[in-house]
Amino acid sequence: MKELKLMKGNEAFAEGTIRAGADAYFGYPITPQSEVLEYLMTVRPYETTGMVVLQAESEIAAINMVYGGACCGKRVLTSSSSPGISLKQEGISYLAGAELPCVILNVVRGGPGLGTIQPSQSDYFQSVKGGGHGDYKCIVLAPSSVQEMYDFPKLGFELAFKYRNPVLILSDGIIGQMMEKVYLDESTPRWTEEEIIKNNSDWATTGKTSDRERNIITSLILEAAIQEKHVIKLYEKYKVIEDNEIRYEKFQCDDAEYLFVAYGSSARVCQKSVQLLREKGIKAGLLRPITLSPYPKKAIKDLSKQVKSIVVVEMSMGQMVEDVMLSVECKIPVNHFGRTGGVIPSPNEVADFMMKKIKGE
Amino acid sequence: MQDTLTTKDIIKPENLVYSKTKLLTDTPLSYCPGCGHGTANRLVMEVIDEMGIQSQTIGIAPVGCSVLAYNFMNIDMIQAAHGRAPAVATAVKRVFPDKYVFTYQGDGDLAAIGTSETIHACNRGENITIVFINNGIYGMTGGQMAPTTLPNMKASTCPYGRDVEIMGHPLKITELVAQLPGTYYVTRQAVHTPAAVRKAKKAIRKAIENQKLKKGLSFVEIVSNCNSGWKMTPNDSNKWMEENMFPEYPMGDIKVPSEI
Repeated sequence: MKELKLMKGNEAFAEGTIRAGADAYFGYPITPQSEVLEYLMTVRPYETTGMVVLQAESEIAAINMVYGGACCGKRVLTSSSSPGISLKQEGISYLAGAELPCVILNVVRGGPGLGTIQPSQSDYFQSVKGGGHGDYKCIVLAPSSVQEMYDFPKLGFELAFKYRNPVLILSDGIIGQMMEKVYLDESTPRWTEEEIIKNNSDWATTGKTSDRERNIITSLILEAAIQEKHVIKLYEKYKVIEDNEIRYEKFQCDDAEYLFVAYGSSARVCQKSVQLLREKGIKAGLLRPITLSPYPKKAIKDLSKQVKSIVVVEMSMGQMVEDVMLSVECKIPVNHFGRTGGVIPSPNEVADFMMKKIKGE
Repeated sequence: MQDTLTTKDIIKPENLVYSKTKLLTDTPLSYCPGCGHGTANRLVMEVIDEMGIQSQTIGIAPVGCSVLAYNFMNIDMIQAAHGRAPAVATAVKRVFPDKYVFTYQGDGDLAAIGTSETIHACNRGENITIVFINNGIYGMTGGQMAPTTLPNMKASTCPYGRDVEIMGHPLKITELVAQLPGTYYVTRQAVHTPAAVRKAKKAIRKAIENQKLKKGLSFVEIVSNCNSGWKMTPNDSNKWMEENMFPEYPMGDIKVPSEI
């Protein structure tokens, strides 16, 4: 029997980390995600599951604490918002380079610079195209509901450990702050010391015992040929992830003639816009990518053979639209509708924009 | 004389007074000949060997001359980002509270880019050991000015000497962390003479044993030479260190808990 609760997105995420059997959370306050750390310090999982919760001195320290915990084969995570995530990028690059599993939540706010504390989706490029230095990719999950804020820590850890890769949960200020009902499932217990050693002692720094060689975690490879080999190995892994882990959701796509592509909060807006357009006799549909990296290129390409045009809706000046264009290979028109700087598009303006494009305006 | 000893005569178990600890690998050290790093690496490994805690120890070496320490230290090791070792060590100790955790950092790493992580790990009283090598210069990148570079001392980014009017003063971070309630044991040592090596080893052992007490962070500064960066012979650099570094960075314990 699942427990049903009314929760804020950030709180649901925090509860989700405890129930996903997380070993440690390291955070630093920044609006609009501070409720994650506040919730954890109020609930005190260190007294129940033994999960470590620590307020770090900076976002940089927090991501390096994640690096340390991940080195030990533990389920560790952090959360922040856009400017803080920028500070974490060096650490994320190290995590990816050293192939360490972890979960990182970004509750996106508007930018650039200190920007605004209002919701935005302008960190798409940073999240899916690298962010930090070097050739690497994160697995990026985009929740569009409070339920998914609760569900994705668990999914994130599964993917992170399956592929030994950082998983970024790209949320935004709306989903972090809004309240919805959430079904809470049974808790996954934290791994015991024996399980950590059984599952991860072939790579993790659990202490060198006489039955194995020492484990070294590093992303330093000074020889060019070996560094290239390492990066190629990473990209072979990313290919396996692309073949197996793409997730998306279709909404009224079966008979659609016009398609929205949107993720996160924008997808919620577009659901209503689809309804408004259908009331006017326009067969609109929505494809919502759940994984932004790897990106559901094939699903969009397949739909491009069925629909006449696509409108990409984002709370940015147009970032994901580039991936949609690449997916449809210029076969049909792809238009972008964006509000940015913390402005949230209304379902009506989105529907009106689609209508104008249909009329060829 | 007929009974001159040959090498064969000398290498006998009964003549063995010292051997390399098995916790140092056979990889040749990447440190410059004459540099104190090699001795400091050895001391840390000898202590861990003598305490019998190889399987319970995790070491962290960030960016600097010691970045390749994981090639020499036969324990589980983590290479950390520049300056961030105390944050990494914090997490390792928090998720493995019964393991022994140490960082091995240089002055640029610990006292410039990583000042925040150093101060806050000390202030939280993390039950870890920090081994801090202070040679007053950035060695690995080729001899640039460090936060610990002495006034008027030359480096590649202060070729006419450190002018404190425009480049600031040497940072005595060890005295600074000793002020924090989270540090339990703070000491300054050297490794340039047999007597200094013996003292430094005792200090490192105490600093690692302290982790069992869970009373806070133990901090061992080792003032060392950088003969390559200082552009001196090893012997001259040790002499220069005694004459110039030691007055600025005096030897000895700075904070000793009464229980020790």
